[in-house]
Amino acid sequence: MATAAIAPEREDYLNKEYGIRSWLLTVDHKRIALLYLISITLFFFIGGFFALLIRLELLTPAGDLVQADTYNKLFTMHGQVMVFFFLIPSIPAVLGNFLVPIMIGAKDLAFPRINLLSWYLYIAGGALMLYAILSGGVDTGWTFYTPLSTSFSNTHVVTAGLGIFINGFSSILTGLNFVVTVHRMRAPGMTWSRLPLFIWAHYATSIVMLLGTPVIAVTLVLVVLERTLHLGIFDPRLGGDPLLFQHLFWFYSHPAVYIMILPSMGVVSEVMACFTRKRIFGYTFVAMSSIAIAVFGFLVWAHHMFVAGMSMYAALVFSILSYLVAVPSAIKVFNWTATMFKGSISFDTPMLYALGFVGLFTIGGLTGLFLAALGLDVHVTDTYFVVAHFHYVMVGGAVMGYMAGMHFWWPKISGRMYPDSWGRLAALIVFVGFNLTFFPQFVLGYMGMPRRYWDYSHSPEFQVLNVLSTAGATILAVGYLLPMVYFLWSMRYGKPAPANPWGASGLEWMTQSPPTTFNFDETPQVTWEAYDYENIPAPVPEEAFGD
Amino acid sequence: MFESFPLWPQRASTIAGQVDALYVFLVLLSLFMTAAIFTMILIFAIRYRRRPGVQAEQIEGSHKLEITWSIVPMGVFMVIFFWSAIIFFKQRTPPDGAGTVYVVAKQWMWKLQHEEGQREINQLHIPVGKDIKLIMTSQDVIHSFYVPAFRIKQDVLPGRYTTTWFHATKAGTYHLFCAEYCGTQHSGMIGQVVVMEPAEYQAWLSGGGVTQSLAQTGETMFQQLGCATCHRTDGQGRGPNLAGLYGSKVTLVDGRTLTADENYIRESILVPGVKIVSGFQPVMPVFQGLVTEEQLNSLIAYVKSLNPPPSGTAGTPSGVPAGAKLGEGQVQ
Repeated sequence: MATAAIAPEREDYLNKEYGIRSWLLTVDHKRIALLYLISITLFFFIGGFFALLIRLELLTPAGDLVQADTYNKLFTMHGQVMVFFFLIPSIPAVLGNFLVPIMIGAKDLAFPRINLLSWYLYIAGGALMLYAILSGGVDTGWTFYTPLSTSFSNTHVVTAGLGIFINGFSSILTGLNFVVTVHRMRAPGMTWSRLPLFIWAHYATSIVMLLGTPVIAVTLVLVVLERTLHLGIFDPRLGGDPLLFQHLFWFYSHPAVYIMILPSMGVVSEVMACFTRKRIFGYTFVAMSSIAIAVFGFLVWAHHMFVAGMSMYAALVFSILSYLVAVPSAIKVFNWTATMFKGSISFDTPMLYALGFVGLFTIGGLTGLFLAALGLDVHVTDTYFVVAHFHYVMVGGAVMGYMAGMHFWWPKISGRMYPDSWGRLAALIVFVGFNLTFFPQFVLGYMGMPRRYWDYSHSPEFQVLNVLSTAGATILAVGYLLPMVYFLWSMRYGKPAPANPWGASGLEWMTQSPPTTFNFDETPQVTWEAYDYENIPAPVPEEAFGD
Repeated sequence: MFESFPLWPQRASTIAGQVDALYVFLVLLSLFMTAAIFTMILIFAIRYRRRPGVQAEQIEGSHKLEITWSIVPMGVFMVIFFWSAIIFFKQRTPPDGAGTVYVVAKQWMWKLQHEEGQREINQLHIPVGKDIKLIMTSQDVIHSFYVPAFRIKQDVLPGRYTTTWFHATKAGTYHLFCAEYCGTQHSGMIGQVVVMEPAEYQAWLSGGGVTQSLAQTGETMFQQLGCATCHRTDGQGRGPNLAGLYGSKVTLVDGRTLTADENYIRESILVPGVKIVSGFQPVMPVFQGLVTEEQLNSLIAYVKSLNPPPSGTAGTPSGVPAGAKLGEGQVQ
């Protein structure tokens, strides 16, 4: 048994020091990753709670569960919490923080103290957001469209805006840390062409974080200035231009979708390679498509604005560029599928989530083609079709990838195995619940149900699909609660994890589980290509799990 | 409810069928691609499941395949792009001679003004088989005029006009939704578009005791606000002669030329100092805050009515000259 060799008193990053100070003042990237894990999980459940209330309200056509204003706050804060305080930090700040240094053979990130500062900035921004929620909430929609947000809303726009502003610096500093780390800290022999695709994905993500986040920060400051000092920037009554806000907002918020999805794509590449026992098909194309997505992702923002009052010719340009950015995404899906060809495939929990990702992201990507199609977008934009589309990408894609990654690296992070059968069950529940929640919304959208409607009693024909969606959401909630339960359970009762339970390639599996504070006893020398599965034996699953 | 389980709203405009055709094409394409990917994954998952003693075959990749699955999707995407752009072009280009309805949105209602003088709230009566152009603005935040049965949607912004148009093909009553989140009662900012047979519509027009057309209301305002003092029709006034202004080319003092559309006329009434016509002094007072959006619409309707009716489209009240389209009033 591989586990027999593990002595209980072995030192690792978790048991090296104890006490609250050793956590709150740590500069160990792995401990900071865990701080992020705890904080984003909290926000995930807050955002999820809002989502459940939204779905319950929509169970019946009449606005009967909550007041209109409450409903508006619910979807606003659901969006703000999920986008800014869960999805954007999710994979980079937790898995990226934990894995980027280990995967390239480094002791830590380039700037460990800045890394800790990033977490404190996240917490400061999160605290302001929580304060905004608890003191009455925000009702502008997560998009803060002006002049509603600057001159009409009577809610805590400034507090929430400043919370997101501060949180943005966390994102910028994390991106900076990753870029410098990947450039400067790679172990001897870890050339660019040997980097795991997870690293390529995080590198691309970091570029987007660095270049995009300052724009949303400036935009939110302008909103606060117009709201508090009545500087005329966006409100036409003060001499401003409301469309300017939308351009600035989407200049960040469209690339932000790639901040969410690119790291997930990185996770899926790692998981796919491991459970097919193969090098990723077309490594270079998959790596370069990440960079292409990051670059082209900056040139498509106005496809959110085809009916906003923009010039027809500008719309044509943004439509064609949007189709261009769809190509690298398609390349990735084809390459993952091709990776399975002639593999030796096993279906452990991470693989099920990764396959779920490919399926849901395919649907999310294909429905993006509908929205980039100008004449069709006119009908479906601002309806439930858009809601369904971006949930397929951001939840079906980004969150499935996050779950795949959490299940893949949990043995490394915690040093414990979780019960694989429960993991597979949860993956299945999430997949079914997700599709039941969001697929009906495509139909609802085409039928014309506008998003952000509290009451649809004028259109009872929308109810059946809404009931299906709400039923799906409850199933989805069970699917998300289950991993929470068995991960916590595994920390106490799970079998100790061996260094490499999946027989995976990559430096993170060549060090003990959990790793020591400096990751490696001596700096690794890399002499092999990425995904060297030819030379790694597949594991015997019974040994790792014992079930 | 279960008896009728529609997958799309009614088709009641000329554009609706074209949008649906593209939609059906994309649905079929998506079904095909999803089925293809899912089938491949399923086949590989079964065929190449892990079996003792069977090793994975290491494959580097294939440039030929990569190029194929980059170029082929790109080609398909371009077909979608051109197809959808053609539809979009039609949606965004009101035909010449379309009847005009002015729309003023506010939290949380739709106010509509017909050229004939009728005014409505949250209801729009229009005849079947006629091009109708909407000239829309908002009194407060951004709203969006959405009629699913017509497959049209256009955001309505404060401080400027946006337009959309449709040609209803089927009599009936259709949903009008606000599609851009606009605050507390966003989901209550709904209404109906009532499409009537022409005879019925004529009866509706003549009912209601409306005595003045929108342009006539505008003319009264024009006198009351004292505009007529300077904007004289004999060319001797301190302000430009407005007859024939709408849709014409205007040269400004700084040498720029632009087309006089609704947005230009609006700005010239509210803040006249921004664009001074060549040969005139900036003497006109600011009307920002002094006229409501509805009054502004009537003034604009009046200015437009000063144009001679274009030949061939006689009978249309305040005909729109060829080439004058909203949104193209930028400096040229």
